[in-house]
Amino acid sequence: MTDATKNLSHLELGDDKTFLDSNELIINMGPQHPATHGVLRVILKLDGEKVLGTECVIGYLHRGVEKIAENRTYAMFNPYVDRMDYVAAVSNGLGYCEAVEKLLNLEAPPRANYIRVILTELNRLASHMLWLGTHALDIGAITPLFYTFRDREEILKIFEKYCGARLTTHAFRIGGCLYETYEGFEQDVTKFLKFVTPKIDEYEELLTTNRIWVERTRNVGMLSAKDCTALGVTGPVLRASGVKWDLRKAQPYAAYSDFEFEIPTGQNGDTYDRYLVRMQEMRQSLRIVEQAVGKIPEGPIMAKVPKVVKPPVGEVYHSIEAPKGELGYFIVSDGSTQPYRVRVRPPSFVNLQALDQMVRGQLVADVIAVIGTLDIVLGEVDR
Amino acid sequence: MIEYITSYLKSDTTPGQAGNFLWAFIYILLIFLGLSVAVIAMNWLERKILAHMQVRLGPMRVGPHGLLQPIADAIKLLIKEDIMPSESDPFVFWTAPLIVVLTAFTVFIVVPFGPTHAVTDMNIGVLFMLGVSSLSVLGVVMAGWASNSHYPLMGALRSSAQMVSYEIAMGLAVISAVLMTSFNPSGTGTLSMIGIVQAQEAQSTWFIFKFFPLGLIAFFVFAVAMVAETNRAPFDLPEAESELTAGFHTEYSGFRWSLFFLAEYSAMIAVSSIAVTLWLGGWLRPFPHWLSGETWDLVFSLFPGLTFLAMAGLTFYSVARMPKHPYFRAQTMGLAGFGALLGLIGLVLFAPLVRDRVQDIYWFAAKVAGFMYLYIWYRGTFPRYRFDQLMKVGWKILLPIGLGVLIVTAILGIAL
Repeated sequence: MTDATKNLSHLELGDDKTFLDSNELIINMGPQHPATHGVLRVILKLDGEKVLGTECVIGYLHRGVEKIAENRTYAMFNPYVDRMDYVAAVSNGLGYCEAVEKLLNLEAPPRANYIRVILTELNRLASHMLWLGTHALDIGAITPLFYTFRDREEILKIFEKYCGARLTTHAFRIGGCLYETYEGFEQDVTKFLKFVTPKIDEYEELLTTNRIWVERTRNVGMLSAKDCTALGVTGPVLRASGVKWDLRKAQPYAAYSDFEFEIPTGQNGDTYDRYLVRMQEMRQSLRIVEQAVGKIPEGPIMAKVPKVVKPPVGEVYHSIEAPKGELGYFIVSDGSTQPYRVRVRPPSFVNLQALDQMVRGQLVADVIAVIGTLDIVLGEVDR
Repeated sequence: MIEYITSYLKSDTTPGQAGNFLWAFIYILLIFLGLSVAVIAMNWLERKILAHMQVRLGPMRVGPHGLLQPIADAIKLLIKEDIMPSESDPFVFWTAPLIVVLTAFTVFIVVPFGPTHAVTDMNIGVLFMLGVSSLSVLGVVMAGWASNSHYPLMGALRSSAQMVSYEIAMGLAVISAVLMTSFNPSGTGTLSMIGIVQAQEAQSTWFIFKFFPLGLIAFFVFAVAMVAETNRAPFDLPEAESELTAGFHTEYSGFRWSLFFLAEYSAMIAVSSIAVTLWLGGWLRPFPHWLSGETWDLVFSLFPGLTFLAMAGLTFYSVARMPKHPYFRAQTMGLAGFGALLGLIGLVLFAPLVRDRVQDIYWFAAKVAGFMYLYIWYRGTFPRYRFDQLMKVGWKILLPIGLGVLIVTAILGIAL
């Protein structure tokens, strides 16, 4: 019996507690489990199929990213952030670069900002596609996975052509972008937009009105707006509960204030609403990319950044709307070339807190659905 | 010897009824062989069809178009180390797959592939089939229990609950089909599998169209229940991969696991056979009364040969599309050989003697194959039901519908 198992003794039995203590089962889900999206370990306390309580054990993918930052220069740490949420590496890079820019008190040129927005939104799309495929797979629909991976491939191809990497892109640099857009970038993106719009309809056709899908997701893993704010949950999970909070609108960064888009929200805060919100977000991302790609301004792509990045003494917190929620970087500078402390506020980690509240009293199969709907990436949870 | 064989071929009863143990034994061997081939073919087909539904190719490396993949898998499973968990109950662990396989195969004793093509014709055929196939739940529970592990235990619990509850709906649907057999002048029904098909022949309608839409509803209830009964998607909760890793056979590997696999596919074929026998006219060819006469008989009797020729044509088309690189020469030759074999079988099936003998089996197999395709299609399309929803579908939807159909059929039986 591990310590974590012992800790479960505080989980009280429900009203149906019987004389014999034989009706509860402590079951270990993960870290090697097909549906925990990596190496999450969830210890479940079950009464038959009903979940009495859960305990998350994390840290199986801990690499000490925040500590590594203290021994690297600001520029050297940049690629490391890609390894946190490796599904949305571009967003991670954007957050970090903007945080350091804030610390240095400089701004990326408008052309760089446009390129950043396009790539970040494409990355949001890629992240949501991966989420949709795996979430559907967890609930038993195997086919959407292959469709989404097929279409995500096109996004990765654009990344590859832009910066040479597909997954951990390291696309941006402090002060702007290193790479100019390649020849035919805009055509590629426009072509992709045309290609992917009917594909999203295709996913929706498979799932949105599918009776079993609706039954499996509606009223599962309910999270009210109050609970969301209490737990610090952000991103699509928060918006599905009816809170219209999106950092792209609330505190616009990069070039987001230039574009028109809507913040899709749900009402019930259940798994089905979260699904709908993310599907809508995919369409809104397309809308943003469509606006951005038409009017990328001319000009430099790099601000005047000193050769050696040496920010003044001080601290900064900068957060962006990553595909999974609010991704914040808190950087303390002691005036040297290396950060004194970097603290990351990862959306997956904070959202994962809600797991226990969402699944308590539901069934085992719902645990899988809820882990899927929270859209966690263990690289980001453990860092 | 030849006289003996021809005397059998002319007989109009099954070997079991005739008390001919040698022929019955040969039949059992043939069915066993045929089932094994069907399971192997099904394995390949499922992976290919599912792959093409999911925009991928499926097995392509082992043999041309992955045709040898199931054989490679079988060899792998057979030579794999036999692992038994140290905490398990060895005897129960050992017996469980045997029970599952045994029940899955025993069922085929009464399956009528033709008027005389069955091992035996029991007067309680349907009852026997349902009874024996429901025994397999015992093996599943034993497997889950003997593994002495949490996931298999939960899988076994789910499986037993699911199989027991869906058997009721299934039984009700079956009874309404059995009731339909009694709509003849003498008013006597039958539980014999052969008798049921003959009743459909006599009433000149498949029971799926009987008292439209009554037969269709009963068929629908059965068709849903049979998917749940065989633990296939969307009712594959006992082996829900994303929840329980592999359900009741999580701890099984190698040969034992392959027995479960074999049993699952034979059970699928078995329940499909029941459905075909009860509602789709068993071995009867389509429209035996509407498109009757010598000419139509001839046309329909050509179907088996034509099917094989079409398969051969498809194979030769694939041969023509094979890469021309010398590296693929062996594969191309193999595929061409396979196509030639299919074509040869097709030509043999045109011979009048064979043709008449085989077409019953052909129509039966074709209908079962249709069900097999449905199984794969479901798997490619549907998400998985949750446990409580599964129970709700079984008890609150299928059971009342089945009961209602049964009552209405009975009333109609009295009224008409």
